[in-house]
Amino acid sequence: MSESAFAVETKDLTQRFGRFTAVDRVTMTVAKGEIYGFLGANGAGKTTTIRILCGLLRPTSGSAFVNGHDVIRYPERVKAGIGYMSQKFSLYEDLRVRDNLVFFGGIYGLGRERIEQRIAEITSATGLTELLTRKVRGLPTGWKQRLALACAVLHDPGIIFLDEPTGGVDPVSRRTFWDFIYSLADAGKTIFVTTHYMDEAEYCHRIAIMYQGRILMCDSPSAIRESTGDALLEDAFIRLITRESDTETGGD
Amino acid sequence: MQRLRAIMKKELLHIIRDVRSLTIIFLLPLIMLVLYGYAIRLDLKNIPLAVWDADNSQESRELIRAFTHSGYFTLTLHAITPVDPLEVFQERRAKSVLAIPVDYGARLHDGRAIPVQFLSDASESNTATIAGQYAEQIILSRLMSRFGTDAPLPDVRALVLFNPELESKVFVVPGLVAILFMMICALMTSITIAREKETGTLEQILVSPVRTAEIIIGKLFPYMFLASLIGVVVILIAIFWFGAPFVGSPLLLAVFSIVYLLCSLAIGILISTRVRTVQVAMMAALVITMLPSIMLSGFVFPIASMPLPIRILTHIVPARYFLVIIRGIMLKDASLYLLRFQILPLCILTFILLVVSIRRFRTTLE
Repeated sequence: MSESAFAVETKDLTQRFGRFTAVDRVTMTVAKGEIYGFLGANGAGKTTTIRILCGLLRPTSGSAFVNGHDVIRYPERVKAGIGYMSQKFSLYEDLRVRDNLVFFGGIYGLGRERIEQRIAEITSATGLTELLTRKVRGLPTGWKQRLALACAVLHDPGIIFLDEPTGGVDPVSRRTFWDFIYSLADAGKTIFVTTHYMDEAEYCHRIAIMYQGRILMCDSPSAIRESTGDALLEDAFIRLITRESDTETGGD
Repeated sequence: MQRLRAIMKKELLHIIRDVRSLTIIFLLPLIMLVLYGYAIRLDLKNIPLAVWDADNSQESRELIRAFTHSGYFTLTLHAITPVDPLEVFQERRAKSVLAIPVDYGARLHDGRAIPVQFLSDASESNTATIAGQYAEQIILSRLMSRFGTDAPLPDVRALVLFNPELESKVFVVPGLVAILFMMICALMTSITIAREKETGTLEQILVSPVRTAEIIIGKLFPYMFLASLIGVVVILIAIFWFGAPFVGSPLLLAVFSIVYLLCSLAIGILISTRVRTVQVAMMAALVITMLPSIMLSGFVFPIASMPLPIRILTHIVPARYFLVIIRGIMLKDASLYLLRFQILPLCILTFILLVVSIRRFRTTLE
């Protein structure tokens, strides 16, 4: 199974919390090196799906393979090969930029030399070099976001999960951020990103539109626009979702 | 090992960088030590004493002087005519009454039994008991000085053996160490985990291949180190400032302090698995550790005098065992064998708490 051509592969993935179904029979495949986007409103099940794929949640039913490893049976194997950045930019605010990087390198079992080498590489790519000795608290949000990403990719994972990575960040920082994402994808990394920003969705190779825990459609942004005949992805998105909610109420 | 080191190092950085919390963590024990060491005085000074000296002889006056010179009693009423103890107590003119019979001097000369009466207002039962004991000591030493060891001895309580001046700080201060350990450890661990939950960094750690045991051990070590440091400081202050004795083995105490520290830290983890915010963690840690450790451990109130259901409850209070251990080692040079009934339950309790807390920690985060 570890020779899978896909970075992520799920079948009928379902997550229920009591009577609420957060993720509803999600089946998808993400190719290696792809930038794959989850587009959906808040509560559509994007974060829950990511958390299952990262081994943080155990799904109610269905299967999920990441890097060819069964997430349910071998979460530890999955964890070593992925990077994860949550929507909160979870960093230690009381520590310096450098301490954060060293720590996250350390918990992935990287040796001291390797950590130093990776810090040098990543900080020059993200422009964080100057800030290494600064405390995280007090950094502008855009820099915190870049640092969070740097922490998530320090151990050089094959797949990077980004959960709404650009919330509250100004457009310029967002652009720099995406430049970095592209450079990662160019280096062969798979990027799995959730968002509700349409411009961000346009950056993805393929996007899956999520609604109430289900994937309504999955294709390239241009193909989705064409299928609905809209010029803007936003219009296409809204059209798809209204159509879905209409058929639901009609069916009742 | 790499991962464990990373967590320990980061945790140490948190501790060192946060000067304010560090100061509080070190000041809190000192403040408590001073408060409890000075304010909580179970020994009494200047107990108001009324005397009905029916004899009014030189001998009886000497006895009264012995009472006042002891420092424990202050004479508030000195009468040769009958004193009604009930009236004295009701009017709060004295808390104890000493009645000397008319033939006190004569009996003393003849070496006959002397029925001296000592009454105490037991509406404050502690005061009454202690005053009674003081009186007994004073009368005994008067008799001893007069007749030597042939004196007609009143019964002497075992209580005075290890604390001859009945000084409460000697037993309050070691007990305080037990309470401080528990409070600080539980507080620190529950806060550190709750904080990581709050900021979301815990999720970031859990998504890495770090094992639960590595997270917990990595977090425990720095705090154990800190707590031990505080413990040493507190004990040194207890010895050199409060003059508490330390007659037992420091090594034995160190070993069981570590067991007890682990126990306290496990309670902290357990609390952190149930709460989401730092504030709640702090409140919970204080309430869960401080109240039982002070009230139900025998720190101030003897367990033997508690009602049965409460007495049973005290068995799950770790401070109860450590209190006996630390008092035993510091004051009485107690051996491993003598303390076995404290050490065994403490170890079992610690083991259970550690296993449960690690289990719960894992499951609640999934």
